[in-house]
Amino acid sequence: MLGLNKKDTTLFWIVAAMSLLAPFILNPFPEGSSLAQMFNAGYPDLMQRFVIFGILVIGFNILFGLTGYLSFGHAAFLGIGSYSAVWMFKLVGMNVIPAILLAMIVSGVFALLIGYVSLRRSGIYFSILTLAIAQMCYNLAYSVLGNPASSYNLTNGETGLQLSLDDARIFGESVTADGALPVTNFFGLAMRSSYKMDVGGWLFTFNAGYYFSAIIMLISFYVSIRIFRSPFGMMLRAVKSNQQRMNYTGLNTRPYILAAFVISGIYAGLAGGLLSSMDPLAGAERMHWTASGEIVIMAILGGVGTLVGPVIGAGFNEYFKNILSKINDSVLHDWLAFMPDGIENLMVGFLHYFVGKGWHLTLGIMFMLVIIFLPGGLVEGGQRIAKKFGRKKKSDETSTTPAE
Amino acid sequence: MGILEVKNVGKRFGGLQALSNVELSVKENTCHAIIGPNGAGKSTLLNCFVGKLMPDTGSVMFDGQSVLGRTPYEINQMGISRVFQTPEIFGDLNVLENMMIPIFAKRDGAFRMHAFENMLDERDVVEKAEHMLEEMGMADARNDHAASMSRGNKRRLEIAMCLSQDPRLLLLDEPTAGMARADTNNTIDLLKQIKEERDITIAIIEHDMHVVFSLADRITVLAQGTPLVEDDPENIKGHPKVREAYLGETQAV
Amino acid sequence: MDAIILQILNGLDKGSAYALIALGLTLIFGTLGVVNFAHGALFMIGAFCAVTLKKILTLSYITEDPTQTDFLGKPLKVATPYVQSWFGESTGAALIDWAVPLAILFSIPIMIGIGFIMERGLIKHFYKRPHADQILVTFGLAIVLQELIKTFYGANPIPTPAPEVFRGSYDFGVILGFEANAIIYPYWRMVYFAFSAVIIGAVFAFLQFTTFGMVVRAGMADRETVGLLGINIDKRFTIMFGIAAAVAGLAGVMYAPINSPNYHMGMDFLVLSFVVVVVGGMGSLPGAVLAGFMLGILEAFASMNQIKAIIPGIDQIIIYLVAIIIILTRPRGLMGKKGVMEE
Repeated sequence: MLGLNKKDTTLFWIVAAMSLLAPFILNPFPEGSSLAQMFNAGYPDLMQRFVIFGILVIGFNILFGLTGYLSFGHAAFLGIGSYSAVWMFKLVGMNVIPAILLAMIVSGVFALLIGYVSLRRSGIYFSILTLAIAQMCYNLAYSVLGNPASSYNLTNGETGLQLSLDDARIFGESVTADGALPVTNFFGLAMRSSYKMDVGGWLFTFNAGYYFSAIIMLISFYVSIRIFRSPFGMMLRAVKSNQQRMNYTGLNTRPYILAAFVISGIYAGLAGGLLSSMDPLAGAERMHWTASGEIVIMAILGGVGTLVGPVIGAGFNEYFKNILSKINDSVLHDWLAFMPDGIENLMVGFLHYFVGKGWHLTLGIMFMLVIIFLPGGLVEGGQRIAKKFGRKKKSDETSTTPAE
Repeated sequence: MGILEVKNVGKRFGGLQALSNVELSVKENTCHAIIGPNGAGKSTLLNCFVGKLMPDTGSVMFDGQSVLGRTPYEINQMGISRVFQTPEIFGDLNVLENMMIPIFAKRDGAFRMHAFENMLDERDVVEKAEHMLEEMGMADARNDHAASMSRGNKRRLEIAMCLSQDPRLLLLDEPTAGMARADTNNTIDLLKQIKEERDITIAIIEHDMHVVFSLADRITVLAQGTPLVEDDPENIKGHPKVREAYLGETQAV
Repeated sequence: MDAIILQILNGLDKGSAYALIALGLTLIFGTLGVVNFAHGALFMIGAFCAVTLKKILTLSYITEDPTQTDFLGKPLKVATPYVQSWFGESTGAALIDWAVPLAILFSIPIMIGIGFIMERGLIKHFYKRPHADQILVTFGLAIVLQELIKTFYGANPIPTPAPEVFRGSYDFGVILGFEANAIIYPYWRMVYFAFSAVIIGAVFAFLQFTTFGMVVRAGMADRETVGLLGINIDKRFTIMFGIAAAVAGLAGVMYAPINSPNYHMGMDFLVLSFVVVVVGGMGSLPGAVLAGFMLGILEAFASMNQIKAIIPGIDQIIIYLVAIIIILTRPRGLMGKKGVMEE
């Protein structure tokens, strides 16, 4: 279908089905039950984050997964995309399409410039250069470009760039009839509008913004499959494998890598634009280098260089962040109530550090474990398990054959 | 006038004069061997042909054009392919993909943004790659992981990759270094076959006399960075100067 | 003129910190070939060693003083640090006052221990893995260390003052013939600079004049050859890692009075220290030190109001700008050698 082979088509439809049915899949427990509070994730803003970060990591994977160039500054493009989109809302209109397009163009231009400079060097130098340049962008956004008193206040510093009641839009009004800020929309369909469906004890929310983002994510995913399977994608893998051979085979590696860098920068800008479309507020913390690190973490968790890894990694990261931060001591006591009191208290005291506000620690440990033991991420883990079971089945078959 | 004309090439590394006054002329459709003891400057000279090193003096002309100051990929696009001492292939890719990359490079040039083209629509490239593999007797290995092949097969694949570009000059840097006898003989047979079947010029750097005398039409002996003598293989064998400088150490010849 | 001298002085303490961290990074990179993203965390742990020692020294027991009453009329509760009751009131108070310098002794074994554990337990297994994996695993470790510190010490900065005698400032201007108060420089920053100079000198002397250092330097130049000589280079490199950790830790201990330690201070310094290493030249120890001071002083100059008036925000980006220009014009950095980290 659409130029994909059979395996990729299947993969694409699985991802498509999962994301379109996400409001059901992520809400397995009846509304109001204690399990629902903990494990349901079918809220619009969380689901939006799943797919938007999915886009971001899919793009990052085109660079890191294919060429092996580890960018530690990708959050800069996310931030640039976010700011561009909010400016579009402030100055032009509340439709998300032009905002997203501008976000992609601006981040693409930045990616071209930053990539051109960073790709003068390879390996560790490249990582450090992207890190430094992204941190410079963050500093600029935070200080001089964000100083409300200065004449070039592009980012509004610590407060973050947001809509205000006196924005003079070319299309559409500054203030709605009832004195509120206008909302972002897709040709009239408000991003925050939701349709709620009550089935038995379950409540499913179908949010316009989520579906809009999910469809864009699917398009991005499709484009990434095409790139992976194209001659260009093969060249990028060749860059990762042996640059010397590339050069002596008559291929100029730098434009290939730069192209991959720009494509992944545009993906990040698109993700940033979508974040702003869901909630028109852009802050500099989105550009901080720890945010870049988180992109890397998501990519590694899922599985670098695989097609579906980035989607899994982004979803996994966001989901566990959400659950872990909700677990508190009383929840732990509930769970461990079967233990003798003394041990229970000890266990709770110990686990306390890993949940709630301590979720960063758990995620950091998990990240290290994945790099140490499972460099291919969760996708490789899945494959290993599948292989184990597959082999088991086979050996079962052979061992039973003689008996018959 | 040869296809590769080297005039007065000199190269100095710090206090070491690696090459001086190198004159060399490789005739079209011949196999020209450059031999010499270790440290004679063979590899340095080769690196001057492919854009890896820039000589301090002299000129290197390929088919009437200077290659000096050009990058390796530009020189390759001019028609010079290089085989390395240790096989350089794309280890993470499969064999067929390894074959396709040089064919793309030949067809599309140093860079082309074919990001949204489908591999299935590149029938001509795939067919040419498969044909090449068949010719080399590697058709069965087409889906193998290139890094998992034996050293002899890696060498074979690397030569195949270079040949798929129909180069006018093929540079071989000790193609049998570190190989077992059987692999060496296979490689010699392969190179002989290539020489007979194709209109191709080969320049080979080699340590192994067996390989040199099986293949070369013409031999240049390099010693301490300067050509000692250039002649036909028969004359080289008996040349007293060469014996003195070099062959003394290899009694086997 | 006085303004220029003042900015040079202001740049010295930050420059010292950059130089010390970059020195450790370069040592680890040069010997082990690993880019250690957890090096900033070591700096941070050093600072928290000072915090911890201060906390230990101020551990107190509570007694009731019947002669005094609090505002509710109850007997006043008096906290007496154990050290004061053990060593006498004035000695105890002095110990608490001198917690930060004392932490130097306290931190050295801790930092070397942490360095050994890190190298033997984790980094050793990554020598043969791609550089990207090394970056990632040390980055993961940095997150874990930082979060552990946050768990135990909280997210807020913890003020850790210098000893009483160093708390004032010195009026440099007067000696140099300027007006009073033209060049005022806190004592502790002078101490910090002198301390850094001593540490840097000690590291260089150690590498220059001991056989151990000679082997390490040879290993930095050509690891394989030294390995072939039958010298157990791995063990020495482990020790080297411990030393680099200690250097970062000491830089952190002494920095505690300048900036109250918080859990993310390591990460903040790390990015700049990388820039310092790249500017100085990957693998060059003198380059790291030179670039550290150079960038620290440049940063101080860029934060002068006169300069900020011409180019707003320059103080925020000067280091990065210089780094980009240097990378584009001198790809190997100021003193980098050929062949380090190049394909």
